[in-house]
Amino acid sequence: MAELAKLIAITTSFDGVCALRGVDFEVRSGEVHALIGENGSGKSALMRVLCGQMAPSSGEVRIDGTRVEFRDPRAMSIAIVNQEIALAPDLSVAENIFLGELSHVIAWGALRRRARDLIHALGFDIDPRRQVGSLTVADQQIVKIAKALSRKFKIVVFDEPIAELSTSDADRLHKVIGKLRSEGVGIVYVSDRLEEVLRISDRVTVLKDGEVVGTQDAKALTIDDAIRMMVGRPMSALFPEKAARDIGAERLAVRGLSAGPRVRGVSFSLRSGEIVGLGGLVGAGRTEVARAIIGADPRESGAIHVNGREIKVRSPADSVAAGICLAPECRELHGLFPDMSIRFNATMANLSGVANPFGLLKVGLERTVVMDLGRTLRLRESRIDASVSSLSAGDQQKVVLAKWLHAGGEIFILDEPTRGLDVADKSDIHAFIIKLAEAGKAVLVISSEHRELFGLCDRVLVMGEGQLRGELQPRDYSEEKLLSLALPRQAFQQQGETRS
Amino acid sequence: MTAISEPGARAKRYSGFAVVLQRFGALGFFVALVIIAASSSPYFLTGLNLLNVLRNLAGDGIMAVGILFVILTGRIDLSVGSIAALGSVLSAYLIAASGYSAPVAILLAVLSGVACGIVNGVFIAYLKWRSLFVSLAVMLIVRQLSEITLSGRPIFLGAGGDSLETFSRSLLFGLPESFVFMLGAYLLGGIVLNYTRFGRLITAIGSNEEAVRLSGVAVSRYIVAVYVICGALAAGAGVAITGLIGGAGSAHTSYTVIFEAIAAVVTGGAGLRGGRAGVVTTLLGVLVVGCITNLMALAGVSMYWQPVCMVVIIAIALLIQYGARSLRR
Repeated sequence: MAELAKLIAITTSFDGVCALRGVDFEVRSGEVHALIGENGSGKSALMRVLCGQMAPSSGEVRIDGTRVEFRDPRAMSIAIVNQEIALAPDLSVAENIFLGELSHVIAWGALRRRARDLIHALGFDIDPRRQVGSLTVADQQIVKIAKALSRKFKIVVFDEPIAELSTSDADRLHKVIGKLRSEGVGIVYVSDRLEEVLRISDRVTVLKDGEVVGTQDAKALTIDDAIRMMVGRPMSALFPEKAARDIGAERLAVRGLSAGPRVRGVSFSLRSGEIVGLGGLVGAGRTEVARAIIGADPRESGAIHVNGREIKVRSPADSVAAGICLAPECRELHGLFPDMSIRFNATMANLSGVANPFGLLKVGLERTVVMDLGRTLRLRESRIDASVSSLSAGDQQKVVLAKWLHAGGEIFILDEPTRGLDVADKSDIHAFIIKLAEAGKAVLVISSEHRELFGLCDRVLVMGEGQLRGELQPRDYSEEKLLSLALPRQAFQQQGETRS
Repeated sequence: MTAISEPGARAKRYSGFAVVLQRFGALGFFVALVIIAASSSPYFLTGLNLLNVLRNLAGDGIMAVGILFVILTGRIDLSVGSIAALGSVLSAYLIAASGYSAPVAILLAVLSGVACGIVNGVFIAYLKWRSLFVSLAVMLIVRQLSEITLSGRPIFLGAGGDSLETFSRSLLFGLPESFVFMLGAYLLGGIVLNYTRFGRLITAIGSNEEAVRLSGVAVSRYIVAVYVICGALAAGAGVAITGLIGGAGSAHTSYTVIFEAIAAVVTGGAGLRGGRAGVVTTLLGVLVVGCITNLMALAGVSMYWQPVCMVVIIAIALLIQYGARSLRR
């Protein structure tokens, strides 16, 4: 097999922090080369170097055997399918796919035909005239893939391509990948779904902390081996041993909650001292459930009970007053004041706690309170006047949690609490969640990382298409069981009826 | 002055020279302006003229504090100039035509500003209408109300307004009383913004309104409060203007003040999109605007050209200070 691209001893650094250290990586013609590793292990940085979007500080990039310098990715005939492909929601599918090459006078007929052919070739069926904004998340993902593949490339990088796809759609995508491979295209596949990675790839390279742990034949690798390589220890050592906690009275009960298409009649309860997981695919409605509970979005029906009494939730002010607090998925957008200091952020939900009855802030008291919070949450940044935008993702999440700790939260809803965090911060957050439960708080953890749900939670609720599909007890914890509950049901039916 | 400077680390994006420029740009511009003014007109640095400058900028200055609060929340209030005109006309009318005593007339005039603020605030905060649209509508309606009150004839305060005129003309600590009053507004504004729960929430709303809402704060009532403060200060400024000129000449009082006050806040370093803005820097902006006005008057620039020159000078100042970025969206 011909070598299409070779990266030799790549090292990159941002602000003196190494993202990659002496990484070797190669892509051959007609292979699927998977790249796996924890968040922050350097996968994205490596792919950006390969695609010419980032210049390494040392090392060399060879394409077709010749050394290249930082170059335009299009000229290098490498396509990348990732979350960053931006679609214009007001334009049609066809316009989006061919956006970069639209002529001044658009030949609509030809454009739509080409778009339709391209989507059909991928094995899907989307009307090219549809507005992209009106498509489902999964269909938008397919449009992104079509856009990336609208020209011929020698190498195609799939960076988490199926996070938003159902299994049947993912299978179709895998067929496309197989077809590209048989045409001699070199494929790099970046994903966290290990089972699938091992099934469809030829070789697997594992990254950890910016270095290559090893490159192995996919056939010879088991999931346990892969995890051990990724995290440097077996899975059982990743999460603290589950100590028996006192599970007490019911703290939060949600009854028949409906809010828009993604929250349909959701009912569940949380008890004191309990950590409950909420799993499912992206777009299943988990974030929307959290937002409907705290009153961030309007709801159509449903009741919220706290400590056995129904509370009227019209806005987050009502839910916060009842002790419910949300650490949102998009921290920068919904949880933080990025330009402001740690101190400013940490006391925001309970300024009365650091002010006198006339509303005058006691700055000295505030400083002590925030210092204490920082120690409790093991904040790495010690200067409490540092602006939050300068912090690591881990510290930012800790500031969000500090805010709710200071506000005296009783019921914690944590939406993707460890997304984007490095391993050390992750385990800090996990330890903190367990401490919350031990202190008798009720915790709901929304996570797309199945290992996190299984390692942390006393039981896991699974959502799909806006509904609660079921509940897993620890004895049932497995990725297959979770996915079989989470996957869209319509997709299975449709598959039998309309698609071959 | 340190009491009202902003504590905490400034945004890290700017470094070295840029920080100096950002922090002291308005001060530098002010100093440069004074030097230019002094060298171009021997009259500028005389005590009488300087008192005149301070007296004339007091009204704008008081309005600028109110606008600063509104801008901090990421919104705008275009109606301040009209509310000032209403405050001016109403206080003159109540004293001269209806025979109210000065304190009562002032109170009623300020209350009219509060009412305008409530209208602005309720539509903007509770009905979620755009602040640009709402305050523009209020601006036009309120301007017309003053016009109707005047019905084309200027009002002279006469004997009933002596105490008001005295307030605008007399000195305290060697400074015009109205200017001292304005400084008081800045001191109070600085304390409120930096050392109270209310000020903290206002700043937070400008930084990330959604995060404030999700933190369990009833954002709307703070928005209304900010518009009420702005309206009351604007009407109060209008009263000061009436005292200064001994009556209300026309409903066109403070016609350009909206631009001048906003320019003062922006020149002072607050982005129009909210977030951080200092009271001290706004004050500097007010002084800059006041000097430019005076300089134009001394240079004999026609009244009709003065607003045009003001806009151009301020735009140039902003460009020098921050580069084109500061004016972009």
